[in-house]
Order: sequence, then structure tokens, then C-alpha cells
Amino acid sequence: MGETVASARDLVMRFDGAEDDALKGVALTVETGQITGLVGPDGAGKTTLIRILANLLSPTEGSVEVLGGEPGTNRFDLGYMPQRFGLYEDLSVIENLTLYARMRGLPKSEWDAVFARLLDFTDLARFKSRLGGKLSGGMKQKLGLACALVRTPRLLLLDEPSVGVDPVSRRELWGMIEQLVDEGIGVLWSTAYLDEAEQCEVVYLLNHGELLFSGNPSELTDEVTGRVAVVTGFEGRRRRLLTRMLDRDDVIDGTLQGRSIRLLFDRPAPSEPIVLDLDADSQMQSVPPRFEDGFINRLGGGPDGTSELARRYRTILGGDGCAIEAKGLTKRFGDFTAADNMDFVIPFGKIYGLLGPNGAGKSTTFKMLCGLLTPTEGSGAVAGHDLRTAGPEARRSLGYMAQKFSLYGDLSVRQNLNFFAGAYGLSRGEARDAIDSAIEVFGLGDSLSRSAGEMPLGYKQRLSLACAVMHQPPVLFLDEPTSGVDPVARREFWTHINGLVEKGVTVLVTTHFMEEAEYCDDISLIYRSQLIAQGTPDELKRRAQELSPGLQAPTMEDAFIALVEDRDAAVEKAA
Amino acid sequence: MQRLKAIIVKEAWALLRDPRGRITLFVPPLIQLLLFSFAATLEVKNTDVGYLDLSSGVESVEILSRLEASGNFDEVRRLGSYDELQDAIDQQQIIAALVFDQQFDRSVLSSKPAAIGVVLDGRRINAAQIVSRYISEIASSVGMEAGPARTTGPPSITRSWFNPNLDFIWFNIPALACIIVSVSALSVTAQSVARERELGTFDQLMVSPLRVHEILIGKIIPPFLVAVLAGLVFVVAAPIYGVPFTGSILLFVLGLSFYALALGGFGMFVSSLSKTQQQAFLGSFVITVPIVLLSGFAAPIANMPDWLQPITYLIPARYFLEMSLGIFLKDMPLFDVLGLLWPLVLLSIATLGTSAWLFRARME
Repeated sequence: MGETVASARDLVMRFDGAEDDALKGVALTVETGQITGLVGPDGAGKTTLIRILANLLSPTEGSVEVLGGEPGTNRFDLGYMPQRFGLYEDLSVIENLTLYARMRGLPKSEWDAVFARLLDFTDLARFKSRLGGKLSGGMKQKLGLACALVRTPRLLLLDEPSVGVDPVSRRELWGMIEQLVDEGIGVLWSTAYLDEAEQCEVVYLLNHGELLFSGNPSELTDEVTGRVAVVTGFEGRRRRLLTRMLDRDDVIDGTLQGRSIRLLFDRPAPSEPIVLDLDADSQMQSVPPRFEDGFINRLGGGPDGTSELARRYRTILGGDGCAIEAKGLTKRFGDFTAADNMDFVIPFGKIYGLLGPNGAGKSTTFKMLCGLLTPTEGSGAVAGHDLRTAGPEARRSLGYMAQKFSLYGDLSVRQNLNFFAGAYGLSRGEARDAIDSAIEVFGLGDSLSRSAGEMPLGYKQRLSLACAVMHQPPVLFLDEPTSGVDPVARREFWTHINGLVEKGVTVLVTTHFMEEAEYCDDISLIYRSQLIAQGTPDELKRRAQELSPGLQAPTMEDAFIALVEDRDAAVEKAA
Repeated sequence: MQRLKAIIVKEAWALLRDPRGRITLFVPPLIQLLLFSFAATLEVKNTDVGYLDLSSGVESVEILSRLEASGNFDEVRRLGSYDELQDAIDQQQIIAALVFDQQFDRSVLSSKPAAIGVVLDGRRINAAQIVSRYISEIASSVGMEAGPARTTGPPSITRSWFNPNLDFIWFNIPALACIIVSVSALSVTAQSVARERELGTFDQLMVSPLRVHEILIGKIIPPFLVAVLAGLVFVVAAPIYGVPFTGSILLFVLGLSFYALALGGFGMFVSSLSKTQQQAFLGSFVITVPIVLLSGFAAPIANMPDWLQPITYLIPARYFLEMSLGIFLKDMPLFDVLGLLWPLVLLSIATLGTSAWLFRARME
């Protein structure tokens, strides 16, 4: 057992004007020698809690003790890295470090030694004189961490350090934190990624300000042990089967994993496929549960498999043509090539994923295909309309949903719906039908006159999707559509998407969320402006296994890392 | 049409539903109307003048009584000596003092040139100059009446056309219509694209089937209406201030509309250059100041240095200021209004065209 460096009891945080309390009686203890995870979707109250510990907020109720005193008493022993760390973009790496060393009163005699250690630790020594603004997302986070560590703290508060960081950097970051823990520092790591929770010794799971679970993650997963199974080898379309399984009463959650389906039951998982009316060739295998399974179980299970949205959607008759086509798409900004010679064809009724670290070029490619950027070379087409010559027609056949809530927050829900119906040029009657249907499908009836910006995240997401598909487009563009939302809302979203795809809709999705990648029929892995691998999720995993034979049942994340590292090695060899 | 209607309605709601936006929409113009029309006056009121009368004749008394009757001064004080005069000026009790020498009365009666000494407080140069003008006007009128048989030259009689009493508010209200419309039109349009860029909704607009011209029209109409309404407030407010509106209201609205359009173009230009609302705010501030200064409101354009004068041709306020003053005070005819209108049309086309191009160019 380590020493307790922070504890809180019965914390309640009420913000003026907010309908709901941000924290509802939360208790937490952070000890040295271990990573304490603070896990939950966006808006769960993680940042509020961390800010209270860092003495940036005072709780409405409850008691807090940090480093043996009131919050704020032992400031030099506290390291805090906020979500958007205050790096100075116009200062170089070493200047940023110097600035923080001054601010935190590190004696000048220790500077050189500390900087050398931190630069070595974060592997940033090579970029010492690079400007903060020119660093990649992962490097920025590492520099932020280094700045928070200029005076070795006893308690380190990390607010979503892994957001927007690619899997490779994420692993490195995690390794660095583990090293710190071994040195006797207490670390509180907040994250919306549930897979990170499993690696923590102690986890506090927050949802809508409530503490849903605290303890070792295995305690939560134990609740669902034996209730998870993977179905493989079945005939027919995987999405249709998933829908059928989810509609069963005994299945409370299910996801796609390449060609297999992972199911969570409300009772011990059956071992015979026949119980589920599956065909004889399919196999069922019980698998160990994950943290997310436990979370979903606590939340009472995910939604059913049939999407009302998809049921009402028109059937897209794509014919033989392809829905999205990229021919040698290239984008240069000055002498920097952001996307180099992107080539792919997406048939109707498929989900296609663009996968890659931040800044690799997946957003650039995505934006060229939906007409937000003009390609320097090459051409793209959506539903047969060339983006250069038939931009408006191409735009009429696509729906677009961005990661960031991009509806009008000051407008009411109904005004947003009205605007998009009009913007897509729906006639008065069509618009009324589309809006009524959206209100029903997404359960927006009670909040029609609310400002869209004030709604909870899950509702915002529903509204975004409602607006994006108002005109029943044959093609959907999704830019990291579910990062940060809770797993149930995420299931609901993908249930709709899966249903739409069964109706013939084509989806192009960018993501660095590995779970979303599993839903894709085909994936392009984009790295350093180039398309380095293409294939189904299973194919990519298989290739990763060939590259590093040590991998057992590789996940999408393993595949991603293996392929990127292989690419790096190839580039190094060529140089 | 459906699309155009949708975006106009949306822009109007966006303007009205944002609580901060509502305040910036209505409060500053009203405050400016009140502040400017009372504070930005070039008339001198509420000050005292003194006099030192060594002549003790009739003529000096006549001048002083007229001075008192003019209503420009609270008090016309009698001073006993030069020392007293100096003290009164030093302590800023009076802004100016008139000195009648011993020969004054005699000179006037014998039709010789008579002089009044005027001591002004140079520390308050603006007000002092105006006071000096009042004094010389009154003195000369007395002089003319007193000496009709004067031999030197024809008498000069000043009559101000269109503003007979040279009442400053007659200039101020029409000019403020121009200035305040520019401030509110620029600040509203400058935010519109920048705000959407910052909040990430602009991408959403650009991938919708809306065409660039539809977005532009949709974004310009609500602020356009705001600007026209703000301008009309001055027509309504004019009688309250006793300012006449002699011209055609239709011509005024016509001129105001194109003025608002040109301003909207400038605002949109700033907005499409900006990535954040903050940049847009600074941008609109940067162009509002020269628009006001170079419009002819603060200083006559003819008084500006030669190199600066051509630049004022790019300032929409220059044209509308002339129009507004003309229509308010001298019933400016259609032909003259048209002569001032076409530069506004050109400016609107240029700025709106550039903004439309920037919409796309700045996506990169």
C-alpha cells in the first residue's frame, strides 16, 4: 500500500445555471505507487474533479485533502497537466521547459540536469529547438508532461493526456507514467478511453457526475465473466446477424470485430450456436470480458439492434457504380505534401475507414472528398458526381457529421432541423415529414425549443446525425463521430449506421478509435501523408501478425502499431 | 429559394438568439445616439465670459447685452481691473474676456474704427476659438447698426443657408446616422463567418448543397436589415432634436440600403479573412476607425493632405455622409443622390465578390 496523496469525500459540484450537478457525491483516493484511473465519457465530471484537486475550483459540498492539507497548500509537490496544456506555441521546447522551471521556482543550478533527464525521458532531445506549435499531438503531450514534471511532484494530475494522441505515442506516454509511478509518485490519469482503464490498478468510473464503480478494474469485469462470447464462421452479412442478435432479449450488447461478432449476454453465454438459431457452421467461443462490458452492464445494457432510422430510410440503389472514388488525390500546402496520391474506390453499401495518427493526412483526404479542400492533383467523385465539375450535386448526395458538435448551439433544436431541411432544398412537405420523423426516431420531442448547445452530449450527437441524414443521402461522411461519448450512446449511433449501410448507404469514416475501425468493411491506413496499407480489419490484423509473429490474437490497435513501425523501419532502411 | 430562405431565417435567429449578440445589436447604437448627439457637440454652452469696460459708454453695453441674450453663456461677468481679469482667466472661471478701452465709445460715434480687445483662454483652444467667433459676430453686427454711414467697404452679412442658426445638432444627427450605421453593420457582419469558422459550423455549411452566393446573401440580409433600421432611427429621432428632414425618405432609404450593403461587404471581407471571432473583432475595429475619421465627419475631406484625399474614395461613409446631410437639410435631388450612389454600388460588388472568393480560399 502506498501513501495517500489525495482524497475526497462526498464531493458535490453545482454550477450556476446548470440543470444537473457536475458531481454528485463522489469519493476518491489517490495513492502513491500506482496509477489511479479516472474514467468516463465526456461530460462525466472528470475535469471538474481534477480541477477541484488542483485547487482551481472549490466544491459546493464535501471535503478534499491534497498532500496532507487543504488543496493548494503544497503547490510545489503537485504536478498538473490540463487537457490543453499551456504550452507556448511560439517558444521552443527548451524555452518552454525553462519557463516552467522559472515559474515553479526550480533552483537554477539544477536546470541542466533536470532538463537533460526530462528530454531524455520524453525522447524530445532531438527537437530541443523546435517551436511548441510545430510539434505533433503526441510530442506536445510529452512536452506538456515534461513541463509538469520540472519539479518532481508527489502527486501528478493528468487530465485526458491521451486524447488526440495516436496509439504509438499513447503507449509511449503510458510507459512514461508507469516509470514515474515506480519512482513513488501518485498519478491520477483521466481518460475517456475505456481500454486504458483496464491497465490501471484502481479505477473510478464516472458517468453523469455519478460514481458508477470504484476499485480494481477486474472487479467490474468479474461481474460479467462468462457472459461474453464471440461468434465466427457464420454465413451471410455480419451486420444483419448483429442486428438479429441485438434484438434478442438475452443479448444486452454486441459489437462487430472484423468478420466476427462479440456478444454480451445477461446470463452465462451459451456454448452452442444452435441456441441462438445460428447456422451449423458457425462457432461460438467464450472470451474474457473487457472493462467496457462491465460498464455497459452497469448502465443496463445497450440498445436493441433494429434502427428505426434505417427502417424509415429509402433504399439506395447504387447499381454497379461506386459511391466514393479517389483517384490520385494529392494536396500540397507550399512544399509540404499533406496527402500524397490517395487512391481508393468504395462500392455502395460499405463502411470505409480512414485510419491514422493526427496530422498524418486522413483529415486532408477526407476534406478533399467532401469538397472542403480542393485537391492539388487528382480527382474525387461522390455518387458519380465529380467534385470539381459537379460540386453542388456531389454535396447534395452526402451527409456530413463532424467530431466537434457542428450545429448551431444558439439555435433551438427545431430551428436547427428547419435550417438543415431548407439547406438541403427539401420542399415544404418533404421537410415536414423529415423533421417529424427525425423527432420521433431520435426522441427529440421534449427538447425542441431548447438551445442545441445546452443539450447533453448524447443528445447533441443524435441531433447531429438527424441533421446529417435529413435528406436521406446515399453517402455519409463521419469525422471521428463518437469520440468521447459514452458506450451506450456509441452503440446506438453504430446501430443506426449499420442499419443505414444495410439499406445501401455508403459511409466514409475517419477515426483513431480502434473500436470504430472494427465496424469498417475496408480500411486505409494513412501515415505520414501516404496510404501505407489497405484491407479489411481481419486482413490488416493478419498482416500485423506476419510482421510480428509474437502477437497473439492482435487487436486493431496492435495491427496499427505493427504496420506503422514496419513503415518506419522501411523508411529508415531506405534512407 | 428554399435554401436561401433557410439560411436567411437561420442567420436571423443566430443574430437574435445569442444573448450577447442581442445586447451588442441594440444597446451600443442607442447609447451612441444619446452620447454623440449631446456630447459630440461643437457648440459652446455653459461657460462664462467676463468684460472689462473702461469706456462706460452706450455701445459697449449694447454689445454686452447682446452677448448675454445670445444664450451661449451662463453669465457675462463684470471685471473691475486687469488684475481681476487675469485671475479669472487663470482660474478658468471665464473662457474669454472683452476689453473696451477708453476711446471705444468715442471711436464708434465718430465712425472711426473701434477695436475690442479679446483675451482668450488658449488652454481650451477649441472652445475659445468658437467663443471668439461668437464675439466677433456680435460685435460686427453692432458695428454695422451703429455706423450705417461707414465708408469702408460694403457691410458683410453672413447668412448660413440650410442651417440658419448654425445649430450643431443639425449636422450631428444626419452625420451620426452615417457613423452609427457603419459601426453596427461592420460589427455584426464581421462576426458572421468568423464565428462559424471558430465554432466549426462553417465546414458544415460548405458541405451542404448551399452555394456560395446563397451563403453570402443569407449572411448579409439580416445585418443589412439591422443597419437600415438603425439608420431610420435617426430619421425618427430627428424631430425630437429639432432637426428638420427636408428630403425624400425614399431616397434616404435607397442611399442607406446601398451604404449598408457596402458596409456589409467590408464586414464580410474582414470576417472571411478571420479564423476566430477575436480576429474579426480586431479587424472590424481596425477598419471602423479610418472609416469614421476619413468620412468627413471628424474633419472636412478638403482639409486632408493631398495624398490622403484619394483614399477617402474607398470609404463608403464618405458618400453616405454627404447624402445624409443633403437629404436631411437641403432636400437633395435624385440626380445628386445617384451621383453618390454608384461608388457605393461598386464598393459593394468589390467587397462582396472578394469575400465570396475568400470563403473557399480560406478553407485551405
